[in-house]
Amino acid sequence: MRSVYRPEDTAFQVDQQALLSGLRDLLPAESLLVDDEAKRPYECDGLAAYREMPLVVALPDTVEQVQAILRLCSGLRVPVVARGAGTSLSAGALPHPQGVLLSLARFNRITELDHERRIARVQPGVRNLAISEAAAPHGLYYAPDPSSQITCSIGGNVAENAGGVHCLKYGLTVHNVLAVRLVTMDGELMEIGSQAPDSPGYDLLAAVMGSEGMLGVVVEVTVKLLPQPQTREVLLAAFPDVESAGNAVAGIIAAGIIPGGLEMMDNPAIRAAEDFVHADYPVDAAAILICELDGHPDEVQDQLQRVDELLQGYGAHHIQIARDEAEKARFWAGRKAAFPAVGRISPDYYCIDGTIPRKRLAEVLLRMDELSREYDLRIANVFHAGDGNLHPLILYDGNKPGEFERTEELGGRILELCVQVGGTVTGEHGVGMEKINQMCVQFRPDELEQFRALKAAFDPQGLLNPGKAIPTLHRCAEFGAMHVHNGRLPHPDIPRF
Amino acid sequence: MTEQDDIPGLQARVHEALDRKRPLRIHGGDSKAFYGGAPVGDPLDVTGHRGIVNYEPTELVLTARAGTPLAKVEQVLAAENQMLPFEPPDYTGTATLGGAVARGLSGPRRPWAGCARALVLGLGLINGRGEHLRFGGQVMKNVAGYDVSRVVTGALGTLGVITEVSLKVLPRPERSSTHVLEQAAVSAMEQVETWFRQGLPVTGAAHDGRFLYLRLEGTGHAVAAAEKAVGGEAMAEPAPWWASLRDQRLPWFASGDEQPLWRIALPPISPPLALEGDEFHDWNGQLRWLRSSLPAHRIRERAAALGGHATLFRGDPGETEVFHPLPAAVMALQTRLKQAFDPQGIFNPGRLWREL
Repeated sequence: MRSVYRPEDTAFQVDQQALLSGLRDLLPAESLLVDDEAKRPYECDGLAAYREMPLVVALPDTVEQVQAILRLCSGLRVPVVARGAGTSLSAGALPHPQGVLLSLARFNRITELDHERRIARVQPGVRNLAISEAAAPHGLYYAPDPSSQITCSIGGNVAENAGGVHCLKYGLTVHNVLAVRLVTMDGELMEIGSQAPDSPGYDLLAAVMGSEGMLGVVVEVTVKLLPQPQTREVLLAAFPDVESAGNAVAGIIAAGIIPGGLEMMDNPAIRAAEDFVHADYPVDAAAILICELDGHPDEVQDQLQRVDELLQGYGAHHIQIARDEAEKARFWAGRKAAFPAVGRISPDYYCIDGTIPRKRLAEVLLRMDELSREYDLRIANVFHAGDGNLHPLILYDGNKPGEFERTEELGGRILELCVQVGGTVTGEHGVGMEKINQMCVQFRPDELEQFRALKAAFDPQGLLNPGKAIPTLHRCAEFGAMHVHNGRLPHPDIPRF
Repeated sequence: MTEQDDIPGLQARVHEALDRKRPLRIHGGDSKAFYGGAPVGDPLDVTGHRGIVNYEPTELVLTARAGTPLAKVEQVLAAENQMLPFEPPDYTGTATLGGAVARGLSGPRRPWAGCARALVLGLGLINGRGEHLRFGGQVMKNVAGYDVSRVVTGALGTLGVITEVSLKVLPRPERSSTHVLEQAAVSAMEQVETWFRQGLPVTGAAHDGRFLYLRLEGTGHAVAAAEKAVGGEAMAEPAPWWASLRDQRLPWFASGDEQPLWRIALPPISPPLALEGDEFHDWNGQLRWLRSSLPAHRIRERAAALGGHATLFRGDPGETEVFHPLPAAVMALQTRLKQAFDPQGIFNPGRLWREL
């Protein structure tokens, strides 16, 4: 497997002996991994195609140790990559070959759960779902629910500004986190945000959310909890073509209804899911919509009736309202298992994460179909339809020489298509190492320079997660050699806003 | 109102200010000039750069130039039965969209529908190098690059000139009703929280010291059921009342205006301030307006002890900061962030922090 760091990303002059002896002074032996065998589990995250061995893995237990490690690395100019549960789908936690991989796995306690104020303070290694489980006895939950919520940790959710299937109504991580305790690269511990609705001065919390571990290391997160909705209804609607399904989504929103979840799957995804979990999906449909309405029983009943009428009006040839909890779970099961289901019908698959304005959906799917034929690779689509977040799954066989490279190139083309129609290269998985080249398509050099200036305000030596998320101009120049014509950016006429 | 794009003009003014090393005082409708440190510098009027750039009701996104009057934005949204969920204040009727985002202030719906910063999806910004940059986008989910749009929101124009903003908008509720109940402030706070947990569609909860004003919004049946559950008296014309609260035109805000007006933001369900002065609660007690002549440090100590912070919203700050002072390390980071966007310090000096 490969590393995709560039020469300028790995030009640190690291004194390995000074680093190791410094770390040994700070941490007990069992908190440092230096042998290849021990480090192996950390060489990649959820995007296993990218692999790299760090110099050393550090597993601190206390905030003081984190501060001391960062101070040491600052002094020795050693890169640091923070890692939570390692479920990133964009190689955000890919180790740096000259650096320390800082695992926050041992920070796994819920520090405080104040059910009266609906607030929880948790350590960064706490799993997303564990927060909702701890809050459940009080009738509360933590809203963002990325598909990896059983495993992924809240620190990683902050780093990626994670979403999930319910974020159209309940927001992303940025909308549900009130404060973080952050250690900056020089070892300074600071509280950013508060339990109050806002904080004085610049909103540093907004900068930290989704910053992919490039600004500081989060050692505690304060989240907002919500009351569990009293009622939940789930509808499944089948459409003869993708366009009508897209129109139905727009129609529901135009009618003033914001569903708790609104998901679309195309035919290849429907078939794969049905074969896998037998959710009773109509396998002849071109697209299905799964619509979840939640809230007060009276509100939900009003909306349910309206959505049913709308779906019929937009040409759904089959609508089912789940009759009981088991059926609700079954409707969702197919969607939630879509990735592993696709994994069963293909030796490998590659998940793409772009967002588009919803109205461009039919056009984007059509264009993707053409690309699929051009590259001779099948694509199945699942779509957070409510908020325009598209997850095409490219089916490939990693054992066939050159097929992964073709897949990657196709993925890049799909992301550029998302930018072309006014969208973005990443809706919720982050840029990491995976999409760093496409950042050159989405942002101009002066915008990338502004990002770098912001980064330098937090991390002047550029030691936190170097080489990720924000491309260097060198990288863009090299990548751009394939894409830039006549010295102009691709599609200069498109507003990239 | 004519649509007009004036980015080159605004950029030229910024370059000129950089060349002449003269600070700029960015303004729109000047409706919030009182808020923050006293404005200094050559006026940079953004109202010439105006107009709706893109509005797709079914995408729930509106993009408009910064100088567009807020009233115009709201009118365009109302025609499609939509709204700005954060209810930005318009104290004088002249507020602009850019000003609303630069101040980052939110109205009564904030705890239930989100604040200004939560709803900003993207923006255009002329930074302190005179470059016109775009961050974020017109889609709900976007994690490409740092979230500069949300950092700029509420920065009082000190990081650059906002040129264009994309915001998430929401459908207007089918039905809205406001009930007035006589109840002590502390028990009202707990009662509203209980109703919210029972699924009642609460979108406003204010308390004037004697009465709780509770706004309920949602579908017809949901609001009818909620009205029955809460009891009390329905207000005949609630919309103007909430607008007056948002814009500080209620009699409470007019009386005692020889004293400073403090804005105190607190964690949910916080105990009474117990400070000398008159209090008015919004956001179910998370936002407390206080008329008080107490020294700033007394008010700030109490706010901090409760886990919140105090802003001198209206009144002469004298020697004190308008905004609640920060710990040294956080303040140092604020300074470096300012320098990252505006290295020569030409935008709105002293509006946010004295030294910036």
